[in-house]
Amino acid sequence: MSTATMELDARSAVAANGVNDAAQPLLQRIAALEARLEEMESRIPKDKVTMVVFSGDLDRVLAAFIIASGAAAMGQEVSMFFTFWGLNALRKQRKLQGKKLTEKMMALMSPADTKHMGVSKLNFFGAGAVMLRQMMKEKNVTSVEELIDLCAELGVKMVSCEMSRDVMGIDPSELRPDVETGGVAAYLADALESRVTLFI
Amino acid sequence: MTTDVATIQVHQELDVRGLNCPMPLVKARQAILKLDVGQVLKVISTDRGSVKDFQGWAKAANNVALLAQSEEAAPDGKTLYLHYVQRTK
Repeated sequence: MSTATMELDARSAVAANGVNDAAQPLLQRIAALEARLEEMESRIPKDKVTMVVFSGDLDRVLAAFIIASGAAAMGQEVSMFFTFWGLNALRKQRKLQGKKLTEKMMALMSPADTKHMGVSKLNFFGAGAVMLRQMMKEKNVTSVEELIDLCAELGVKMVSCEMSRDVMGIDPSELRPDVETGGVAAYLADALESRVTLFI
Repeated sequence: MTTDVATIQVHQELDVRGLNCPMPLVKARQAILKLDVGQVLKVISTDRGSVKDFQGWAKAANNVALLAQSEEAAPDGKTLYLHYVQRTK
């Protein structure tokens, strides 16, 4: 159909039915496009960073909290999901009461808090961790404990994985009080709309 | 980042000398949120990494502009890295 005939058609439609009827298909199309745009906008990643903290090694946990605090400072919304050994980073204390034998053993072999975490390389029964902390202090690098508090202050969301917490026999009262609880879908819901997601 | 440092009107100075990554950025962020929109924060740092960090911050954030960066020798022989950050939103 040529443009001229389309114009004629539109004109005759207006003449026959008034402006409203002629505009009807156009309005419908605009509404459909708006709905599509809204749907697409909801799928665009947001200024968000998510992390899975699986490791309970001091150096890795330190890296996670440095990235988290940096991202929060840059104005990003940050969520950290702690699972398995990573849960030790959220630990404030160790409890043995009311635990099964295996859970007690696990608790005794795991760091009671961040101060007792080892490093991923050259740990030598904790000597490496002590050395790293000493070297960080000399270079005036913020400690992991200070960074965790700083992240909480900056609004970084910390979520503990319920399943692994249960498996490891960690009582919720052993963790920081400001920690939220979630599962894989809680992580994925945040990760799917993040620009950056890391597994540490 | 073509602004001449001499012409920038600084509203507040933040001294983060001796602090390492990520603290210069974190402190700057906290300080700039206390300023009004349009005001400028001057950050004095000894962290060499802060040069790229502040560029990255300005690129990623929608509420700050990096007006200028410069280097200066401190009396103790260390290099100071200066950043001029404006709150835009």
